Amino acid sequence: MLEACQLRYAFHTQPPLFEEVSLRLGAGEWVGLSGHSGAGKSTLGRLLAGYDEPTAGHVRIAGQRLPVKGLRPVQWLPQSPELAVNPRWQVARVLHEAWEPPEALRHAFGIKPEWLNRPVRTLSGGELQRICVLRALAPGVRYLIADEISTMLDPITQLALWQALKAEAEKRKLGVLVISHDAALLGRLCQRRYHLENARLHAAEHHQLP
Amino acid sequence: MLRIEQLSLALPYYPRFWRRRFATHLDQLSFSVTAGSVHAVVGASGAGKSLLAHAIMGLLPKDAQLSGSCFFKQTLLDEPRKRALRGRELALIPQSLSALDPLARSQHQVNWAARRAGLPPSPARQAASQALAHYQLDERARRAYPHELSGGMARRVLTAMAHVAQASLVIADEPTIGLDPAQRSRVLDALAALALQGKAVMLITHDLRHALSIADRVTVMREGRCVESADASAFQGTGQMLESAYARALWQALPDNAFNVDTEYAEESRFA
Repeated sequence: MLEACQLRYAFHTQPPLFEEVSLRLGAGEWVGLSGHSGAGKSTLGRLLAGYDEPTAGHVRIAGQRLPVKGLRPVQWLPQSPELAVNPRWQVARVLHEAWEPPEALRHAFGIKPEWLNRPVRTLSGGELQRICVLRALAPGVRYLIADEISTMLDPITQLALWQALKAEAEKRKLGVLVISHDAALLGRLCQRRYHLENARLHAAEHHQLP
Repeated sequence: MLRIEQLSLALPYYPRFWRRRFATHLDQLSFSVTAGSVHAVVGASGAGKSLLAHAIMGLLPKDAQLSGSCFFKQTLLDEPRKRALRGRELALIPQSLSALDPLARSQHQVNWAARRAGLPPSPARQAASQALAHYQLDERARRAYPHELSGGMARRVLTAMAHVAQASLVIADEPTIGLDPAQRSRVLDALAALALQGKAVMLITHDLRHALSIADRVTVMREGRCVESADASAFQGTGQMLESAYARALWQALPDNAFNVDTEYAEESRFA
C-alpha cells in the first residue's frame, strides 16, 4: 500500500498549492487522478514518488518511509520523455540504466532491436515514451505514477502502450496512478478516481467502462 | 485550393560511408484541401505527416527526391513558386516552438510576419496588433519573449503570424501537442475561425478525437501512404462508414469507443 497522509505543498511563502491531501494506492490497483492544469497533479505525483518533499505530511510505502538511496520503488513517468533522458545517450544505455528487460518484454512494448544503437534524439516522442515506461519497470519497482504518458500518442499506439503496461502490471501486482485529463481513458483503465480541485483532493464519481 | 497528386518523397540515408540509399517516406499521396474547410491529416508518429507539410512548403533538404505534383489555386506548385508564396499565400504553423525568434517580443514577431507579407510599416503594425487581440493575447503577452509564454500562448502567437500573412492555405503541424484542454480548444477554435474566413486549413495531428471537433474532412496516413480520405462525419458509431481497416482501428482504439482493435488487426497494427 502506498499512502499519502495529510500532504501539504507550498512554493516558498505562497499559499499552498494543495493541503490535507490523503490518498491510498494498493498493490495491483489502478487509480485515476484528474484536475485542471495547474491544480498540482504533477506535483502530487512527484511527491508520491519521492522526487520532492512535501511541506507537511508524509508518504509511506507499506508503512515505511520512502528510501532515499537506490532504486525508487515508486517511479514517476513524466509527460515529456525528452526531458527524462540524456539526448546524447544511446537507446540501449537509457533502457539498461536500471535493469535489462527481457526480449519478450521489449517486444511487448514494441521496442525494435535496431533502435538500441541509435542516439535517443533520433526517436519520436511515442517511441521514446515506450522506452521510458519499460525502463521504469525494473524489479523492485512497485508503484508507477503515469503522468499523462499517452497524450502525444495516436489512438492505436496509445492502446497498445496501455495494453502492454496493464499485462505487466497485473503479472507483478504493480499499483498504478494514472494522471490524465481524459475521463474516458481513466474510465477504461481505473477502478476509481481522485479529483484535485481548489487545493483539495476528493474521491470523484467514477464511471468504469468495461 | 490545394490539390496533391501522386506525391512521393524519398530521402537519402547513409548505411555506410560513401554509400547512399534512398528511403521512401511518402508514397503516392493524393488528396485535396478545399477553401473554407479544415482538412485533418492524422496518423501515428513516423507516418510522414510533418514531411508532407514540409514538402508542400518547399522546406525539404536539397537532396530529397520529390515526385508527383501539387496544385495551388489550379496552378502547379513548383519549387520557385513555393519559395515565392511561402510566408505570403502559404503559411506553416510549425510543430516546434523553437521556430519563434528567442530574442524578439511576440509583438515584433507578428509585426515581422505582416511586413514579410508585403504590408508597409504602419498598416503592418496595425494588422499585427489586431491579430494579437483576435487571438486574445494581452499586453503582457505581446511584450513577452518566447520563453516567457506558455505553450498555448506561443501557439497563438504562431497562429497570429499565419493570420497576418493573409495566407490562403494554413498548415498547422501538431498545434495542440502539450496543451491542456482549455488551451487546446482555444487553439482549435482559432484554426476553425481561419477556415470560416475562407482559408484552407490543413491540421496535422495524431489526436483524432480533437481533430474531429473542427475537421470537415480527414485523411488517414500510415507509413507514408494515404490510407483513406473521408468526411469527418464518417467517424461515428463503430466506424462502419469507413472503408479501410486501419482508419476503423484508429477510431475504435479511442477510449470513448471500443478501446480495442480487431484481434486479427491488433497484431499487425501493434506499434506499426
